[in-house]
Amino acid sequence: MEAKELSVVLEGVDASPKCTAFGREGEYVASVKDVSLQVYFFKRKQLNRFSLRATNKKGGNNVFTCVACHPQEDCIATGHADGKIRLWRNFNHKKEYTFSTLHWHHDKVLDLAFSVEGTSLLSGGVESVLVQWHSGSDCKKDFLPRLGSAIEYVSISSDGTFYCTSHTDNRITIINSNLRFSKTIQGLIKARDIKTGLVVDPRTKALVLNGEPGHLQFYCLQSDKQLYSLDIVQQEYIHQAGLNQSDLARVAFSAQGKWLATVEEREETDLELQLKLWFFDEETQSFRLNTRISMPHEDHVTAMCFRDMDEMEDDSLMLVTTGRDCVFKVWVILEDTDPEAQQSLSWSCDFVGSYHGYQATNCCFSEDGSLLAVSFEETVTVWDSSTWDLKCTFCHPPGKIRTICFGRLTCSKYLIGATDHGFLCCWNLLSCALEWSAHLNVVVLQPDPLSEYIAAFSWLFKESSLFVFKPNEPRPICIQRKFCKERIQFAAFVPRDVPETIGSEKYLWLRRSQLFFLTDTQELMTVSTKSLEERLTLSSKQLAVEESLPVTPFSLLLGKHRQQQSQEDVDLGKIVRHHHEQDSPAVKELLHTPAHVLPSASFLCPIFINSLLVSKENKSVEEAPAEVEMESEGAEDDSDEENSVTEMKQEDIMPIESLGETTHKLSKSEEKELRKIRKTDYSWISVF
Amino acid sequence: MASYKPVAIPAVPKLGEKITQDTLYWRGYKTPVQIKEFGAINKIDFSPVPPYNYAVTASSRVHIYGRYSQEPIKTFSRFKDAAYCATYRDDGKLLVAGSEEGSIRLFDISGRAPLRQFDGHTKAVHVVGFLSDKYRIFSGGDDYSSSVWDIPSATETVSYSEHNDYVRCGCASKLNGDVFITGSYDHTVKVFDARTKSSVMTIEHGHPVESVLLFPSGGLLVSAGGRYVKVWDVLKGGQLLVSLKNHHKTVTCLCLNSSGQRLLSGSLDRHVKIYSTTSYKVVHSFNYATSILSLALSPEDETIIVGMTNGVLNVKHRKPEESKEKSQKKRQPAYRTYVKGRNYMPKQEDFYVSKPGRCVLRKYDKLLKSFQSSKALDAVLEPHIRLYTPEVTVAVMQELNRRGTLRSALAGRDEKQISLLLTFVTRRVIEPRFTPVLITVADMITDIYQPVVGQSALVDKQFLRLQEAIGREIDYQEELLEVLGMMDALFATLTEKRATYLEENKSNGLTKTLDQDISI
Repeated sequence: MEAKELSVVLEGVDASPKCTAFGREGEYVASVKDVSLQVYFFKRKQLNRFSLRATNKKGGNNVFTCVACHPQEDCIATGHADGKIRLWRNFNHKKEYTFSTLHWHHDKVLDLAFSVEGTSLLSGGVESVLVQWHSGSDCKKDFLPRLGSAIEYVSISSDGTFYCTSHTDNRITIINSNLRFSKTIQGLIKARDIKTGLVVDPRTKALVLNGEPGHLQFYCLQSDKQLYSLDIVQQEYIHQAGLNQSDLARVAFSAQGKWLATVEEREETDLELQLKLWFFDEETQSFRLNTRISMPHEDHVTAMCFRDMDEMEDDSLMLVTTGRDCVFKVWVILEDTDPEAQQSLSWSCDFVGSYHGYQATNCCFSEDGSLLAVSFEETVTVWDSSTWDLKCTFCHPPGKIRTICFGRLTCSKYLIGATDHGFLCCWNLLSCALEWSAHLNVVVLQPDPLSEYIAAFSWLFKESSLFVFKPNEPRPICIQRKFCKERIQFAAFVPRDVPETIGSEKYLWLRRSQLFFLTDTQELMTVSTKSLEERLTLSSKQLAVEESLPVTPFSLLLGKHRQQQSQEDVDLGKIVRHHHEQDSPAVKELLHTPAHVLPSASFLCPIFINSLLVSKENKSVEEAPAEVEMESEGAEDDSDEENSVTEMKQEDIMPIESLGETTHKLSKSEEKELRKIRKTDYSWISVF
Repeated sequence: MASYKPVAIPAVPKLGEKITQDTLYWRGYKTPVQIKEFGAINKIDFSPVPPYNYAVTASSRVHIYGRYSQEPIKTFSRFKDAAYCATYRDDGKLLVAGSEEGSIRLFDISGRAPLRQFDGHTKAVHVVGFLSDKYRIFSGGDDYSSSVWDIPSATETVSYSEHNDYVRCGCASKLNGDVFITGSYDHTVKVFDARTKSSVMTIEHGHPVESVLLFPSGGLLVSAGGRYVKVWDVLKGGQLLVSLKNHHKTVTCLCLNSSGQRLLSGSLDRHVKIYSTTSYKVVHSFNYATSILSLALSPEDETIIVGMTNGVLNVKHRKPEESKEKSQKKRQPAYRTYVKGRNYMPKQEDFYVSKPGRCVLRKYDKLLKSFQSSKALDAVLEPHIRLYTPEVTVAVMQELNRRGTLRSALAGRDEKQISLLLTFVTRRVIEPRFTPVLITVADMITDIYQPVVGQSALVDKQFLRLQEAIGREIDYQEELLEVLGMMDALFATLTEKRATYLEENKSNGLTKTLDQDISI
């Protein structure tokens, strides 16, 4: 290969990296877009363009999706939207080119890769099957089926011993070259559609939500790992676009995590519903199916909850489901007293309640389990859970009830409801009257199971805000305005193992449990009082093992830089050293945290660059104190566990502020942010 | 990495009577043998020794039957009037029977004439039995008295007249040679000890007592009278343990099975109920042609004999146990290969990794795994699956529908196959568990084969049959809805009345009656 600089500009190139590939020994570059393939030969400076008709006679779709070049021969493989793979040869001639077709995929070919020797071609697509085509004999191919979800990228290690596929559900699979499954790397699995909401498994404190299709994933927040995936639907999932297949819709755990209730639904011409109740088997340490109820409701199940009573035993356990068929049903355990029966416990329907033929939308038990609140469109009904008498009804017209919950502990006499006309109402159950209401478009209402605090997420002017309040007073304890441009879908309080010591009174509500929430783009976020650096130090401590990993060129480069820095630091004295210590975790974290758990680069960039700039900047000693102050303010910045990021400014408008107000003037935090940006920009420029 | 998941066949709970171990056990009797006696059969007693002959007391005779004989092998007929309660002694050599004229006769099984005759009762003796010391007899008569007789001397040793009505049943303790129990029409059961001058315990049953039974342990006493069977704890001084009311006419006889785990009761309502003695729940029940007077179960539950009021003796023999060794055993591998690796004893620190079981896929699953829809459908339309496990056929149809390939699987079939499919659909579409799936199937078949209707008489006929079946089902459902409507109307009027009644009560302030009304 010649060591001279080449620069060629190809026009009409697809943005995706899959659509461009370099040929044998870098002699040519191939790029595909829509229905045309262009090949540029560097030596001859010749551009060959080949076009296909958009659709062929049989109705195939000839649009290119990806391209790969043979490492040793002049051969280009292209993938097409109808599942065909074309192998192009002789393409240095404009006219006499040939291609052969391989067809197995029934849908888009998403990625192609040649093996190191070029003896086989790997392809992957929506079917989630890795296909290995052997060259030579035309139709000989091997499969590795059921990889979980659509294969987005395929790559081969440089020595050819491992294949690696990346999947649409945020997962990487490593496969031996003999097509034996080796290992999977996964954190939070991205489900196509999260219907279950965020549920906390009381046993493992793991976050439970939709995972693989038909599965329930148990995601450990501390270690960012999937604990296990529970197969609920137990049917073969067909990876094919346009198929309606059963998926999980609702999940509920009993208080101790002994019982799990799941609802799965499949909608086609008519609805198929199944309610399943799972019992936790201590021996096998997993859930075992106990009862299966087909069609528990005539229409979709809208909500489901267990009577949540810690101290009482099984006989008080009951499950309530509400359905769009205008009823709510109460399910209880039936005990078969016959000692010779195989299974002594099973669930059956105990009571069916309805209210004026309105759709039941939500249900919720009070803390002591004596009252059940069920919302029917515009009305909240409260039922006595022992006799199933209707006790009272609450209504805040106009507007249907979106979500309801009972207050806890000292606030157990209150019932909170949010309507879709933008009202948050608090009713007193003793006086059966409205205690207070606030004008707030609440989308998610989440009570903390361990305290009386309730978190409400609002959605206003395309921005989400968080309000935390106690039901006994209409003033919120904590407000996070406009921290996110995405709508919050679900939230969950995860109990902490040890109550945290929190200095600030404003964040006392985070003492016993931590709030996690999910946006509609499936980004998982949390509210934290610790500074970013602190948390990064923690994570780098956790990842100390990885320090033994071989050094990458990037870290070598940085290492050199840091050595220089430290030398400078020594020259400068103590103040700077102190400052430098604050920076180092950021850099360290960048280098040692696995890439898949890092926040996005756009977020890390300013921190990283700042950390590099410090040494130069600190030469002017006067500016240093201001910078330190800046850091301590920025320390309250918050980000998320996963690769999503939020810049949640916690410096807030006055803590005592009624929920209804919306201010449009420039807030203090915004001012500070602006100031910071200005400062950062300035220093950034000063480098050049 | 998941493996292929086979098609889930939905299990539907069987409605109606549950099949338990008990039902299987008690169903294992052959069709009964009926033997006609001269009059109502008041007692059946099995000889406690092999070959387990049994004595049947009916009218003025006592017949002894062999286990499988339909004719009596011996008859005692020296009674002027009705004989009662012929009972074997523990060794099976002596038999005692009461009679209408008040005398008690003791027979030797091998002889014909009575060995002893005990006179003393002034009226009919309905109950008589041996005490467990073998040398004494107890009896109870219609003269309200009960006595103990010494066999060698043929004299009455003690007599009690504590009952104030007919004494009609009794039994002796198996553990204590002095203790016996009598039940009387004066609603009481009395426990006597031959060593004392009066009864040691009186239990109030509440109804004329027809039968009493003591558990082999002697701790529990069962009495039957009226519609009730009551179990008493003798050791706790006659405390009521449980009261069973499962018959709707007078219970006449009681008996325990050989293991003592089940209690049987026969009644005038023509039923024999079997209770578990742990839960006291009815685990099985037999139905007979006429009212039952007496009941006996042979050792090992080999035979159930029931005597009826019309003099018919109903004998049921147990089916012989099916030998499981019938199927020829597979040739075992040679000892050395068989034992290989199996005689390894894991050490304490060894970690045991269990071998995953190999999953064998059914034919249709294999075909579904390789996406061969039509062939999978063919596989489940094989006669043995289609006829005996239609749920498999329907489950595969549903799976095909889920995959969106049902239409193509149904299409392109010849006359014979369509006719077969239509027969299946016609037969099963009215079963509620199959209806949703099979309606889709029927829709698709009619859609696909609409253009060729009229080309085959066979298929046309099947289509008409399908139409007929669906029409019938619709009529039936309409009728059911009508009935439901009527019932709703009835219930509505009922609740209205009750509501008004409740309100009246409230206004009167009679809270007590209100509570009662609710509990009713």
